[in-house]
Amino acid sequence: MSVGEEQTSIQRGSRRGRIGGTMIAIILVTVIAVSGVAAYYLFIPRAGPDLVRIDGSSTVFPITSSWAEEFNNANRQVTVAFSGTGGGFAKFCRGETDMNDASRPIKQSELDLCTQNGITGITEFLVAYDGLSIVVNKDNTWVQNLTVSQLCRIWTSNTSAGACGGAGGRVTAWNQLDASWPAQSIELYGPGTDSGTFDYFVEAILGNVKAEHTDQYLASEDDNQLVQGVASNAYTLGYFGYAYAVENTATIRIVPIDNEDGRGAIMPTHDTIRDGSYKPLGRPLFIYASAASLARQIVQDFLRFGYTTRGMQLVDATGYVSLIDAEIQAQLVKIP
Amino acid sequence: MGRETARARKVLASLEPKWVWERGETLVRVVLFLAAAFAVLVTLAIFLALIFDAVAFFEVVNPIDFYTGTVWSPDIREVFGVLPLLAGTLIIAGGACLIGIPLGLSAAIYLREYAPARVREVVKPVLEVLAGIPTIVYGLFALLAVAPLLRVWFGASFFNGANAIIVIGILIIPLVSSLSEDALTAVPVDLRDGALALGATKLEATTRVLLPAALSGVGSSFILAFSRAVGETMIVLIVAGQNTDLTFNIFGQMTTLAGWAAKRTTGDVAVGETVYLALFAVGFTLFVVTLLLNLASDALRARFREAYE
Repeated sequence: MSVGEEQTSIQRGSRRGRIGGTMIAIILVTVIAVSGVAAYYLFIPRAGPDLVRIDGSSTVFPITSSWAEEFNNANRQVTVAFSGTGGGFAKFCRGETDMNDASRPIKQSELDLCTQNGITGITEFLVAYDGLSIVVNKDNTWVQNLTVSQLCRIWTSNTSAGACGGAGGRVTAWNQLDASWPAQSIELYGPGTDSGTFDYFVEAILGNVKAEHTDQYLASEDDNQLVQGVASNAYTLGYFGYAYAVENTATIRIVPIDNEDGRGAIMPTHDTIRDGSYKPLGRPLFIYASAASLARQIVQDFLRFGYTTRGMQLVDATGYVSLIDAEIQAQLVKIP
Repeated sequence: MGRETARARKVLASLEPKWVWERGETLVRVVLFLAAAFAVLVTLAIFLALIFDAVAFFEVVNPIDFYTGTVWSPDIREVFGVLPLLAGTLIIAGGACLIGIPLGLSAAIYLREYAPARVREVVKPVLEVLAGIPTIVYGLFALLAVAPLLRVWFGASFFNGANAIIVIGILIIPLVSSLSEDALTAVPVDLRDGALALGATKLEATTRVLLPAALSGVGSSFILAFSRAVGETMIVLIVAGQNTDLTFNIFGQMTTLAGWAAKRTTGDVAVGETVYLALFAVGFTLFVVTLLLNLASDALRARFREAYE
């Protein structure tokens, strides 16, 4: 009888312990859940006077988002998204966003739409230049310059003779472009399909048909790897942002590009990219704002931050060509 | 055996209060069972994680097209024919085995049969160190030391399949040598001594008696090495390149199932996109290939097992 009682007390004790454990677990889970929900509501940006929404071009996105990253603090919040220049303007002209990133000037039709919806005083801010550079190895002695149709034939997957505006289909060896060039296959290096640079190249060289771009190249989002690849031997060719190409002219060479419009081959430089003569691989990048958004202190502060030395450093860091002082002054006077 | 354990248990039970002993025993059994079950559960979880998205992929892309297609262009043209990746995998893993298996087996035979004790004491630990080198280090070695040589000797691309073949071949040497050596060790000394006593040379004793007797273990080490080479990711990722044009030119760029998946995973992939699902289909294919190889290894071991008691 006494033994039985002892066992019962042990059982009871252990059961009590188990219930205690369950209670603690329930309390813990509840606390974590409640604090999680609380944190979610405390820390997500709330719509209010301190919020600026930017949308538009994915090419300009790295610039505005890197600005926002340093500009944002507890009192001011700039959020940046991308849906393409056109998609962004559609939202901007419906009044859904405060500013729009654009990799081309606004169209008249888009201006009209804005006016219809009462979005007026559209102001264009130049933020940077985008210059895509074609590079070959230092030991490549045969390529002096390339035409856009030669570039197209190097990078297309289309094998039909009518490809590249009738210039011909895909080439895989240097001597297929010019009989005096080496009978060696061309090793290609370029950005991955996630990259805005890829889209831009497709748009400028391959008639804006993504499927025409070859698969047979080494793709990397890391420009360093591309430089390393192009530098590895004489038969390589690659494309990436201008800023990165000029930094590595010890091992690679930038090729002047002939747009076949009678102006001859143009070398990408700060000047030729800026004045638009480096075609079709150079273009200006913009941010657009309306009078209503420009009237807000936070928008003004954000733009002013972008045009500081630090803001322009961030532009260079993203691989684009930053503005010179005169250009910056010309933008700053547009801010009220 | 069972009876002895029971007797031992009875003796122990008489020494200690019964409930303490039983609790301790149960606890240990439960902990050990959980440890064993954990590995099985994780394998199952990996398989399930793969299968759901792989099935979702095969709802978008016909599996027949996937396994017979010769064009792999998941991002640009959105064509999913896995043969170029499968071919690249078999070429690189097969080539690596052509290098790693002869060297590994030779090392095992040398260490087991020929090496003086002092050489053995040095070489064996070095081989084991080779097995412990992280694959990224092999990859850097390939880029810095092997790639320039291949460039000079064969006019290879900077990134090329041959480089991966050579370095993965080196990578699997310790795997082959240590497993083969274990298999050779398991053959009773009497067999070899018998052969030698009958007048066989050392080479004859090794090739005619020892190796056939150790066939199951040695063969399964080959398959495991191939399986290891099939799954090798880091080396392929950084030295082999990315071309998927179904070529047998090992001096050009090529990639494997694992290499493509690793490359694509580090990019920007939106959940639910076909490319995202393709990652799981490729992972699933890789899983099945290595699973089949491991099963084959087990089957081989069971089939040709010579039991010496």
